[in-house]
Amino acid sequence: MQEVIGRDRQLTAEDGAGVASALRGVALSVARRLLFLVTPALILGAWYIVAENQWVQPFLLPHPFVVAERFQAVAADGTLWRHTRVTLQEVLIGLSIGAAVGVFLGYWIAKISLLETLISPIVVVFQATPIVAYAPLLVIWFGSGIESKIITCVLIVFFPILLNTVTGVRGVPRDLRDLMRVSNATRWQTFRKLEVPAALPVLLTGLKTGATLAVIGAVVGEFIAANAGLGFLLNTARQRYDTPLVFVAAIALALMAGLLYIAVTLLERRVLARIGR
Amino acid sequence: MPAGLTARDVVVRFGGLHALGPASLAVAAGQFVALVGPSGCGKSTLIRAFAGLQSLNQGAVYIDDQPVRQPSPRVQMMFQSANLMPWRTVRDNIALPLELAGVPRHEREARVAALLPMLGLEGFEEALPSELSGGMAQRTALGRVLVARPDVLLLDEPFGALDAMTRERVGFDLLDTLRDAPKTVIMVTHDIHEAVLLSDRVLVMSGRPGRIIEDVAVTLPRPRRLDMVYEPQFAEIARAIRAAIRF
Repeated sequence: MQEVIGRDRQLTAEDGAGVASALRGVALSVARRLLFLVTPALILGAWYIVAENQWVQPFLLPHPFVVAERFQAVAADGTLWRHTRVTLQEVLIGLSIGAAVGVFLGYWIAKISLLETLISPIVVVFQATPIVAYAPLLVIWFGSGIESKIITCVLIVFFPILLNTVTGVRGVPRDLRDLMRVSNATRWQTFRKLEVPAALPVLLTGLKTGATLAVIGAVVGEFIAANAGLGFLLNTARQRYDTPLVFVAAIALALMAGLLYIAVTLLERRVLARIGR
Repeated sequence: MPAGLTARDVVVRFGGLHALGPASLAVAAGQFVALVGPSGCGKSTLIRAFAGLQSLNQGAVYIDDQPVRQPSPRVQMMFQSANLMPWRTVRDNIALPLELAGVPRHEREARVAALLPMLGLEGFEEALPSELSGGMAQRTALGRVLVARPDVLLLDEPFGALDAMTRERVGFDLLDTLRDAPKTVIMVTHDIHEAVLLSDRVLVMSGRPGRIIEDVAVTLPRPRRLDMVYEPQFAEIARAIRAAIRF
């Protein structure tokens, strides 16, 4: 009898522990979801403390509140949006053209080995040279307007997309290619029903890399010579030692690159879910 | 209508490597022939020649006296792995040859639906290959070759990746379908037991460069049953084949 009671008590205790651990589990999973906020919060906190105590001179490290105020001001008078729009335009057009060129060239390089022999030396040399080396030339050729930045974007974006396209198309299993041949598939059917869905996951990874690089390309172009854009804003703010504005422009660029990355990631997820990956 | 298959003095070289031949064989329409032989003897190369996937250095292969120069719509091939498209459901994988041939959707779906019960895949139409067991994946692949109603089936170690029990079941599923819709079959296999159990004739190939060195008739009656493996006749045929294979 006593043994039974003892066992009952033990069971109750275990039940209690079960509920507690379930609650702890929920709390942990919520905490884990918010975990990505920890590092930014720590950095912001450190920035606040350093600025508040003036351990660093304000023209080197402005107070976060000053930066926030400045952000609000340039956002309110339309300055920020005007420059953001220019950079965003350069990035999106450059990314689109770069992706199109990269996918097109990559596909044919993957299919025709002669083309690889002919093209790869130029591509490799071109890619090994930092884009900053070409950017001034592009500005001389195409002017200080939006065109030279778009071309800078295209040049920096197309390479990772080309590489991933080649990898993706070459990675299509030989047995599946044979299956298409045995089934008398046309070239177009093989492309649409085999190569595209098989290569898409790798290609989208390239697009993600390309999206972040596109922002770099646009800013590099704007640094050389421009009359608008976030890179231009940042550069002029730096020349005037307007450090809060440098921060504002940098934060805007970070937000743009981050959102672009998230957008491509969401697109990737949707496409992969759609083709059942 | 099942087609007769002929190979005449087929030779294949891969670069300097003499991989196959000269190999000659003739398979009567509707016959089920198993091709056995040591690894690397060119068994797969030979059936790839019938599929129109392999260019020959010498000789020729024929389907009903028509020389094979490119893949024929009368021929379907089953591969070592299930070789399914991972982004397509079971239904869409099976329907692929019809889709490529331009068969309208409603007819495709009707023909796939008619095959599913025999394949034991009812209720799995919408499953993706990643959700299937090895046996189910291979049955999906079997559905894909049958749906096009080919006259010739080329099977390249189709059940090699399956466990012994599943392999027997899928093999008998195949025989069942052949009874309703006769086809000429060449099956490459490493498994003598499977070769005897399923085929009418077993061709033994030599080591590389592979030639046909033995032609063993399988005189077991049809329909085949699993317990035939215990009959003395089965053991005799299997022994004759085993003796002919020289590694």
